[in-house]
Amino acid sequence: MNRYSAFSLLRNALSGNRHWSEAWRKPEPKRSYDVVIIGGGGHGLATAFYLAENHGVRNVAVLEKGYVGGGNVGRNTTIVRSNYMLDGATQFYEYSMQLWEELSAALGYNVMFSQRGQLVLAHSVDQLDYFSRKANIMRLNGIDADILTIDEVRRMAPYLDLSPEARFPVYGGIFQGRAGTARHDAVAWGFAHAADRHGVDIIENCEVTGFAFENGRAVGVETRSGTIGAGRIGMAVAGHTTELGRKADLELPIESHVLQAFVTEPIKPLVHQVIAYGADHFYISQSDKGGLVFGGGLDGYNSYAQRGNLGVVREVSEAAIALMPNISRLRLLRHWGGVVDMTPDAAPIISKTPVKGLYLNGGWCYGGFKATPASGWCFAQLLAEDIVPALARPFYLDRFRTGALLDEAGAGPYAWRQ
Amino acid sequence: MLAITCPNCGERNSNEFRYGGDASIVRPSHEDPSEEAWFRYVYIRDNPKGPHREYWQHVGGCRGWLIIERNTSNHVVLGVRRAGECR
Repeated sequence: MNRYSAFSLLRNALSGNRHWSEAWRKPEPKRSYDVVIIGGGGHGLATAFYLAENHGVRNVAVLEKGYVGGGNVGRNTTIVRSNYMLDGATQFYEYSMQLWEELSAALGYNVMFSQRGQLVLAHSVDQLDYFSRKANIMRLNGIDADILTIDEVRRMAPYLDLSPEARFPVYGGIFQGRAGTARHDAVAWGFAHAADRHGVDIIENCEVTGFAFENGRAVGVETRSGTIGAGRIGMAVAGHTTELGRKADLELPIESHVLQAFVTEPIKPLVHQVIAYGADHFYISQSDKGGLVFGGGLDGYNSYAQRGNLGVVREVSEAAIALMPNISRLRLLRHWGGVVDMTPDAAPIISKTPVKGLYLNGGWCYGGFKATPASGWCFAQLLAEDIVPALARPFYLDRFRTGALLDEAGAGPYAWRQ
Repeated sequence: MLAITCPNCGERNSNEFRYGGDASIVRPSHEDPSEEAWFRYVYIRDNPKGPHREYWQHVGGCRGWLIIERNTSNHVVLGVRRAGECR
């Protein structure tokens, strides 16, 4: 299997790019594996990579019902940040950030991680107070955070409507300089490539339709191409966690909701950071091709449709134009939806389940992309050693029974309001 | 675009309505001491891919609470009734 390098680039350029080998193999599934991971998205592929890289577990299959990069890993707005406040989430997302900073080198694949910084705007004195508290907590955890005055915001992003007449006037903001974006497809391809180089079998177009049990333990998965045995099974199918969990009689605190994202026609460089509106759901960055990539909130009712409603297109566009009147004449090139697992506290689940041999990674709400490396890192340790890593302990499934929720937004147990 | 036919107001755009969650969940009786029953009431959801009974309130119209059956895989509305008539 090929490694990418300056030398391979030169060699293949000189031979007319006719001899590149595939980034990962297309193997037939074996009869059984030490670990079977269901879901070839970012989290499943990252788990497979770290199983091999950190724990030497190489007899691993990743089963993907569609194609690698076709799910939420290719549908998000590519933002990576670690500006969380609650104990547990703060440390987990910061660890993920540290993995992002080394990820291209670790994978031998350029994920185009760009630490351009993220600015979240405050639209009242009280919101700025809240951001100051958050910045203090971040700094106490060794995470970079700065509070910006309105003049500093103006120097950073002069194109925003920062006038006192704005619909929601800006008072300042919180800035994380290490935050940024990554090329989301490259993250999926990079993890797939690196896992494959370790001998992991990535099997696409292989939907799991059920589980095989022996004495109450899950010992394999049913697929279109027969039963595949497994020492341990990891589910990483966020969006469809309850649909798959039902086949193992798992009862879960998850609802599936659709989240939309948008991209405009390309323009010259304008938005140099990631900007998040503090008065409504709206966040924006500019891709390397020049398109403005932005997103908003959930459509707000249970959905598996992978497409959203026009009401949200309008709401998000209204927020966009309230903050950036200069983009009002840009045309939307595309908009799309992804189906996300929403939990009642908007925090994820990395956990053992009541079924022996079956492990759960899901409930990523709309924060899954930035968590990809740390999620895979923790889930790999859980699958390899049957021990929940300290970093993932706050995300245990039983927290909904014990009351140890991580409700960062304080929205209460209503998945669609998180 | 989702159109919802309100039994009081007729066919209206879905953005006049506010979602209220899974309508198949039954609140335990106030005297029920079972932690399990309350845990399931607050957190556990069936979350089907297909027909789903759910509460919506017509906040931009009659303000009545409705129970709508809707297919979550394609957003097709299968039926609308006043919530009070479903008891």
